[in-house]
Amino acid sequence: MLYRENGQFKSTYREDQQLFPILQDRVFMLGLLVFAFGVVPFIASDYVFKAVLIPWLILALAAVGLNILVGYCGQISLGTAAFMAVGAYAAYNLFIRIPGLNFVAILFIAGFIAALVGMLFGIPSLRIKGLYLAVATLAAQFFMDWVFARVKWFTNYNPSGSVAPPAIDMLGWTVDAPVEKYLFVLAIVAVFSLAARNLTRSAIGRAWMATRDMDVAAEVIGIRPVHAKLTAFGVSSFFAGVAGALWGFVHLGAWEPLAFNINLSFNLLFMIIIGGMGSILGSFLGSAFIVLMPILLNQVLPALGGLFGIHVDTALVSHVELMVFGALIVFFLIAEPHGLARLWAIGKEKLRLWPFPH
Amino acid sequence: MKQRLGQWMKASVLALAGVSAGSAVAQSANEIFVPVLVYRTGAYAPNGTPWANGFVDYLKLVNERDGGVNKVKLAFEECETGYATDRGVECYERLKSKKPVGVNPLSTGITFALTEKVAADKIPLFTTGYGRSESVDGSVFAWNFPLMGTYWTAADILVQHVSKKGSLKGKKIALVYHDSPYGKEPIPVLEEHAKKHGFELLKLPVTHPGVEQKSQWLQIRQARPDYVFLWGWGVMNSTAVKEAIAVSYPRLQMYAVWWAAAEPDVVSSENSAKGYNGLALGHSAENDRPVHKDIAKFVYDKGNGTGKKEEIGQVLYNRGMISAAMVVEAIRTAQKKHGNRVVTGEEVRWGAENLNIDAARVKAMGMEGMIQPIKTSCADHEGARSARIHTWDGKNWSYTSEWYSSDQKMLAPMVKAAAAKYAADKKITPRDCSKEK
Repeated sequence: MLYRENGQFKSTYREDQQLFPILQDRVFMLGLLVFAFGVVPFIASDYVFKAVLIPWLILALAAVGLNILVGYCGQISLGTAAFMAVGAYAAYNLFIRIPGLNFVAILFIAGFIAALVGMLFGIPSLRIKGLYLAVATLAAQFFMDWVFARVKWFTNYNPSGSVAPPAIDMLGWTVDAPVEKYLFVLAIVAVFSLAARNLTRSAIGRAWMATRDMDVAAEVIGIRPVHAKLTAFGVSSFFAGVAGALWGFVHLGAWEPLAFNINLSFNLLFMIIIGGMGSILGSFLGSAFIVLMPILLNQVLPALGGLFGIHVDTALVSHVELMVFGALIVFFLIAEPHGLARLWAIGKEKLRLWPFPH
Repeated sequence: MKQRLGQWMKASVLALAGVSAGSAVAQSANEIFVPVLVYRTGAYAPNGTPWANGFVDYLKLVNERDGGVNKVKLAFEECETGYATDRGVECYERLKSKKPVGVNPLSTGITFALTEKVAADKIPLFTTGYGRSESVDGSVFAWNFPLMGTYWTAADILVQHVSKKGSLKGKKIALVYHDSPYGKEPIPVLEEHAKKHGFELLKLPVTHPGVEQKSQWLQIRQARPDYVFLWGWGVMNSTAVKEAIAVSYPRLQMYAVWWAAAEPDVVSSENSAKGYNGLALGHSAENDRPVHKDIAKFVYDKGNGTGKKEEIGQVLYNRGMISAAMVVEAIRTAQKKHGNRVVTGEEVRWGAENLNIDAARVKAMGMEGMIQPIKTSCADHEGARSARIHTWDGKNWSYTSEWYSSDQKMLAPMVKAAAAKYAADKKITPRDCSKEK
């Protein structure tokens, strides 16, 4: 009843092609943004900012990047964490070697460096496909781990190999309070998600999807596979690089190569599989699932035990956390193999019929 | 589907309600809160668990026996980090709201990540026997307390010990280290010593979690170094000992840092590990001191023990216990100045900086012979810097050397330089220690 597009006539192409053609969607998105920018900063605690919202948003951004590559262009990659690491270390080196550079500029340059590296490691995709490509991108992961652990220049000759950049300072604004960090990350993520959403609707996005669906057919209708695949690698790594720089600078504050190890790559891949391949929304949902669920379980279990007067010790909590988390992944994949984003879409379709289903 | 989603929503709402109820119970206003970051699962659990048991048992003991620190009870809560930096940061943020007076991250990686955060949140960071070595300089690292010995101290003492056995000129020393900030800490000091003594330093990194070390030990087999220094943690240690046995590298020539010289590392190889040496951070596996008897009496006999009773007094158990004792002593010192009440993190920082644990106090703590007298100041956050070697005889650890103290002539300038670099990077103005009171 509420969610129905009856009576919304589109009289121009512009109206028909806009980002959210249905009024309710526009209102909802606008409301969400107003809520995120205007209300959340006043109601959330420091803990929620630092341990929940910031990591969620940053990893969602990385997942959006990976989704462009895997979900839209169909090239499986296991090297996302490596491209994040490139972004983080590039940002760190720009930060200490070029004093006074604006952090937004640093983010963009770091993203471009990551994009270049991503395209370099994307070259094999022109010849190999599917799981073989996944193995090839694994090389990026191991290579970057090695580079940042061994080449001392990247860590500014820090004996421990751990780097710790100072707080972000932009035009006199020091981003150090949790709220400021949150707003900064939110702004970046919002802009980039919008860009990603538009990219996927453009000519290049259609080229990616055509390549994903059948690359031979795509080539026949005039899409250059080299161009489509390499741009997908580039754009995806750009997103990953920006997310990596944010992860290091804003979330961790100090990091070592281990922070960007293969586990993170796998987690990002799980995020888009659970969230939904080929969906920007899915990246956010999947990231929420992977980031928040362990934290939630970790806090809920002792409290639940407390309700029944049982003392749940720390080791048991983390074991149960792993088991429940694994079971939930299996459950969601069985319930909806196309991810949480598909559940959302089904929900919307149901809502259209409500309250008079056929 | 809708129904299922509904159930799911209901469950999560219930769960959230549970969380808020649970955290409300945990603490009351007249208790001092000490967070306990631990790892009882994963690849580092064999070493993390005894440490956590010792830490928690000591806090329980203080509450049971003395009714708290000067009658102010201690509250604590564990949080599992799994030795992962991001989880550690999350734990810290989670427990921060309870106004902790000191954090023990038990991970050098987490220490690095928290160093800046604790300064902003005004919570002292206790890293007893680990942490970043340059944080000895309290004028720059006001909130870090690498008490009783850093890795630079450890590396220096190990070199002193082996150089006593004969000149190191032309010899080879292999450092098998955990490829993380923890393992890399001793490298600058060992490199400095290599230049000074003229030995060759082979650096053999082992990647997390450390169960795969075949190639490193093959290199050792080929290069035949005169000594192997082991800087491992968790399963990496026991794996290293087994690999050494497999390539028949003499255990007598192996020397481990104090984190790689405990029961979990050698028990699985038992007799074959005989002769394996490690640093003892003041203490070894003492289990007969008054403090142990008190823990057995006040904690375990009342059914409140965290671990198994027979594990009281293992090396890492003692380390955890002493780490907790350091926090308690810092609280006590802070109370001396500010009165016997619930002290804040800022006041405990002052307490940690003005620790003065003399021999009489060590005896009163029931830890005679386990810790050296500790005296900290603004310029020195380490407090004590001596250790000896203990050796595994197949059943027990026993001391096999005299006390060594680290060579301050060499280390002090290195600490100063590294701290100054950090201060410059972070734009921190060092405090003037002559004005601190």
